[in-house]
Amino acid sequence: METIVFYILAAVTLVGTVLAITARQGVHAIVYLVTSFFALALIFYLLGAPMVASFEVIIYAGAIMVLFLFVIMMLDLGKPEKIQTPKLYDWCPAILLLVVITGSMGVLASRAATPLNAFAGISVQEFSFTLFKRYGAAIEIISMQLLFALVGALYLGRRR
Amino acid sequence: METLILGLPVAYYIAMVAKVLVAFVFVLLTVAYATYAERKIIGHMQVRLGPMRTGWHGLLQPIADGVKLFFKEEIIPSEASKFAFLVAPLVALIPAFISFAVIPFGAPVSIGGYTVPMQIAAYYDQAGQQIFDINVGVLYILAMAGLGVYGIVLAGWSSNSKYSLLGGLRSAAQMVSYELAAGLAIVSVFMLSESLSLHKIVADQAGGIWNWYAFKQPLACVIFFICSIAEINRTPFDLPEAETELVSGFCTEYSSMKYAMFFMAEYANMVTVCAVTTTLFLGGWHGPFLPGWMWFIAKVYALIFLCMWIRATYPRYRYDQLMRLGWKVFLPLTLLNVVATGIVATLVK
Repeated sequence: METIVFYILAAVTLVGTVLAITARQGVHAIVYLVTSFFALALIFYLLGAPMVASFEVIIYAGAIMVLFLFVIMMLDLGKPEKIQTPKLYDWCPAILLLVVITGSMGVLASRAATPLNAFAGISVQEFSFTLFKRYGAAIEIISMQLLFALVGALYLGRRR
Repeated sequence: METLILGLPVAYYIAMVAKVLVAFVFVLLTVAYATYAERKIIGHMQVRLGPMRTGWHGLLQPIADGVKLFFKEEIIPSEASKFAFLVAPLVALIPAFISFAVIPFGAPVSIGGYTVPMQIAAYYDQAGQQIFDINVGVLYILAMAGLGVYGIVLAGWSSNSKYSLLGGLRSAAQMVSYELAAGLAIVSVFMLSESLSLHKIVADQAGGIWNWYAFKQPLACVIFFICSIAEINRTPFDLPEAETELVSGFCTEYSSMKYAMFFMAEYANMVTVCAVTTTLFLGGWHGPFLPGWMWFIAKVYALIFLCMWIRATYPRYRYDQLMRLGWKVFLPLTLLNVVATGIVATLVK
C-alpha cells in the first residue's frame, strides 16, 4: 500500500517539476512547483518525518512561493515570449547534468539494496533535540548568515 | 479474530468514512446558514429586518441563493488565463475543508464495544485505551491556512483585470504578514502544552473554565483570533475584496458557481478558524452537563457570531494601517509573549 502511494506521489512530484521548468507563464510554473512541493511533503510524511513534511508545506509552499508569486505579479511580464531555439552551446549544462545523473544512478544500482528498517516516525521532541543539541552550532551559523543577508538587503533597499 | 485491512480492523475504516461525512456535512450546512445568519444578524444590528420573503422569516433564503447562483450564466473572460481561472476557486475551497481533519470535535464514542475518537485523523488503541493522532496537528493547520492564499492570488492574476490583480496582490501581502503573527501566537500555546498534537492540547484544557488557554494566554488568544480574521479576509480586513474601491476585488470577473465557490470558501474558512480557536484556546469540546460535540458546536457558533458582530461594528482598515498593525504591533507583541511565557514557565517549574 505504502509503495503504491509512494509511486503515485513520486510521479506527481516529477511531472510537477518538469512542468514547472517548461511552463511559459511564470505563474503557471509556480502552481506546478507548489503541487510538486506538496507531493514531496507527503513523501516526507510517508518516510516518518511529519515535522519535515509540515515545514515543507508551511515554508516552501506557503511562504516562499507566495513571495515568488507576488514578485511575478508585480513585474507584469505580459505575454510570454516565443521560445528561442537553443544552440548546441546552451545544451552543455544539461548534457553534463545528464552524465552526472546517469553515473550516480549506475553507482547506486550496482550496490546491493539494504532493506530499510521499519520506521515508526520521529516525535517533535526527538527532532528538536537532534536539531538544536547535536547540530546546534550549525543552526546558529546559518541563522547568523540569514541575519547578515537581511541587514545587507535592508542597506541596499535604504540607500536610495 | 476480526478481519484486518492493512493492520487495522474494518470498523476503523467505517468509522473514518462516517466521521469525514459528518464533518463535511456540518461545515456545508453551517456555511449555508452562516450566510443567512450574517444577513439577519447584521440586519437586526442595523435596525433592519434582513431577508424576510423566502420562507418563514427568510429561512429558505440560502437555498434560493444557491439555486440562483447555480442557474446563472458562466462567464470566462476572453483575455483570462483559462487554466488558472478554472483552478483558482477549487484551490480556494479545498484548504478550508481539509483543516477539519485534525480538529477534535467530541469525546470518544463507543459503538458496540468499538471506541471511535471524535477526530478524523486519529486512531484509538482499543487495548491501551489511548488516542493517537497526528503529532504535528497544529503545524498541519498552519500549513493548510498558508495554502488558502493561492486560490485568491491565482483568481486575481488569471482574471486579467486591474481590480482583480490589485485584490490578489493585497491578499498575498496581507496573508503572509498575518500568518506570521498567528503562528507565533500559537507557539505560546504549545509551550504550555508541550505538544503539537491537538488531542493533547484539548485534553490539557479539561476540568473547568480556568484551565482554558484563553485565560492562561489571553494575549495570544486575542492576537490569534484577530490575525485569523485578517487571514480569511473578513471585515475589517477585507481589503482584497473592498467593494468601495476594487468593485469586488479578486472575484470581480467570476460568476455563477465559481463565484459561489469563493463565497463558500470564505465562510468555510470562517468556520475553520472558529473551530481552531475553540480547540486551541476555549477548551475544545470540554464542558459540563452536555455531551462534548454540543459544547464544540456551541463554542464555534458563538465565535462565528462574534465574527459577524465585528463585521457589523468596525469600518475597513486602510492598507498602510493594516500592514503597520501586522508587522509593528502584533509581531513584536507575540514575540514578547513567547519570551514571557518561556520565563514564567521555567520559573513555575
